[in-house]
Amino acid sequence: MKADPAGVLTGAHFIDGDHACCEGALAAGCRFSAGYPITPSTEVVERIAARFPHVGGMFIQMEDELAASIAILGAAWGGAKVLTVTSGPGFSLMMEHIGFAAMTETPCVFVDVQRAGPSTGLPTLPAQADMMQVRWGSHGDYGIIALSPNSPQECFNLTIEAFNLAETYRVPTFLMMDESVGHMTERVVIPAADEIEVVPRRYTSKPSGEYLPYEPEEDLVPAMVPVGRGYNVHVTGLTHDERGYPVMNAAAQDRLIRRLVDKIRKNARRIARYEESRIEGADVVVVSYGITSRVAMEGIRLARENGIKVGILRLVVVWPFPGWRIAELSGQIKAFVVPELNMGQMVLEVERYAAGRAKTHCVPHAGGTVHDPKEIATVIEEAVK
Amino acid sequence: MSRTEVKIGGFGGQGVILTGLVLGKAAALYGGLNATMIQSFGPEARGSACSSQLVISDQEILYPYVRQPNILVAINQEAYTKFVPELAPDGLLLFEEDLVHVDERVGHRRARGIPATRIAEELGNRIVVNMVMLGFFSATTGLLREEAVREAVRVSVPRGTEELNLEAYGRGVEYGIRN
Repeated sequence: MKADPAGVLTGAHFIDGDHACCEGALAAGCRFSAGYPITPSTEVVERIAARFPHVGGMFIQMEDELAASIAILGAAWGGAKVLTVTSGPGFSLMMEHIGFAAMTETPCVFVDVQRAGPSTGLPTLPAQADMMQVRWGSHGDYGIIALSPNSPQECFNLTIEAFNLAETYRVPTFLMMDESVGHMTERVVIPAADEIEVVPRRYTSKPSGEYLPYEPEEDLVPAMVPVGRGYNVHVTGLTHDERGYPVMNAAAQDRLIRRLVDKIRKNARRIARYEESRIEGADVVVVSYGITSRVAMEGIRLARENGIKVGILRLVVVWPFPGWRIAELSGQIKAFVVPELNMGQMVLEVERYAAGRAKTHCVPHAGGTVHDPKEIATVIEEAVK
Repeated sequence: MSRTEVKIGGFGGQGVILTGLVLGKAAALYGGLNATMIQSFGPEARGSACSSQLVISDQEILYPYVRQPNILVAINQEAYTKFVPELAPDGLLLFEEDLVHVDERVGHRRARGIPATRIAEELGNRIVVNMVMLGFFSATTGLLREEAVREAVRVSVPRGTEELNLEAYGRGVEYGIRN
């Protein structure tokens, strides 16, 4: 299905990543957002508050992030495409409802414009230290999808993609921005509405008597129903059967949780997106994402000037992590170098899949600014020794 | 044209961010170039010194921050004092000559001043001081086509103020050419 032209601001713009994210949400068909503004994500919300009412949408400023994150889930069950936007401290508060969204298979998009933490940390400065929190932050086992843009243009493109993935897999989907990308202003080209592909809500074709709210289709994802059309739906955070009613035993738990994990795990290759360049013949592959992928390019240029063969693997979809690709490459290269604006998070995944077949070097950074490209070059140079 | 780093500094309220935005639009939307703008966020941006950082290039811009500006636009003393040490050794300083006292710290770098606030006041509103500086920037650096900058001014300023802003821009250009 194509985007609704009413929400698409076709043309070339010079806007920051936060604003581009709002435009991506509009283009994707999002018409409901609830939020509690927090630096450095405030500009997304400001633009949402200004833009949504003009296209038949609604924005509610809630009393806190708990309220914001549950309001969007209600709106999603009411039929809307929804998102909320926050940063570290708010993201921590939202964890409970992220688990609820995963358990109830509510399609929704969360945007985390990452700033340096923990706690209130450095509100106006960048980090990428919520990468494990997004994967594991709520209690229990579940799968999620997370994307990481490295430019305002990608903030637009990947917000649309986040909505499409959320609808396809009925899963909370996360746009893991960072302060740097959020507050960076560049050219953003928004195509015509008929060039933007959007995934509509997956509704059942079964009549109300035959429909089971949690009966999975072939790809392990169940279809939803439009509210107010005579279907009975029960939505609970308790372990439930295919009818949606609580069932308090281990067999039901096993059946449900396996599917919640498998619907992402078994579709991982379909969901994954990464970019590679000059992998052929490389001795070192730099794995990065978000703002660090741009800064790393400078470090890579410096290392190449010194004759080192460096390949690049940039994660666009960060979760599910493309572990199979790391496993393949680890037999062909000497080492992975993983710069990130945290003390070592996604590097753990690289290391796990490399499984000793290639060395893994972390280039940690506590956040507050980006890496000095020379630091990255130095680690690349040490990695080939 | 390879990577050019520009830093604009002044008081909050002197239109520092808008100036960066106009330059960025002129480059990225009307000039066929790439531009990345970063605003300075932090406690220091509120009420006192405020800066906008811009990278302009005909190549893809990867590293987004300004490390050693090639051009520094200082609209107040504080911006000059704070940022002039960062200016590249062969860099260019453009300054508001009534508000900035240039001293030995500028070294051998090129420095050109303009009484931008006075010119803005002659036009009836000192709020357009940034547009005068922008015109001066255009004429002095030749970095961007004048038409591209004019178009960027037109689409960036509040509706109804286009004429005043473009006039201020024009006066800055004139001053730059004459002096």
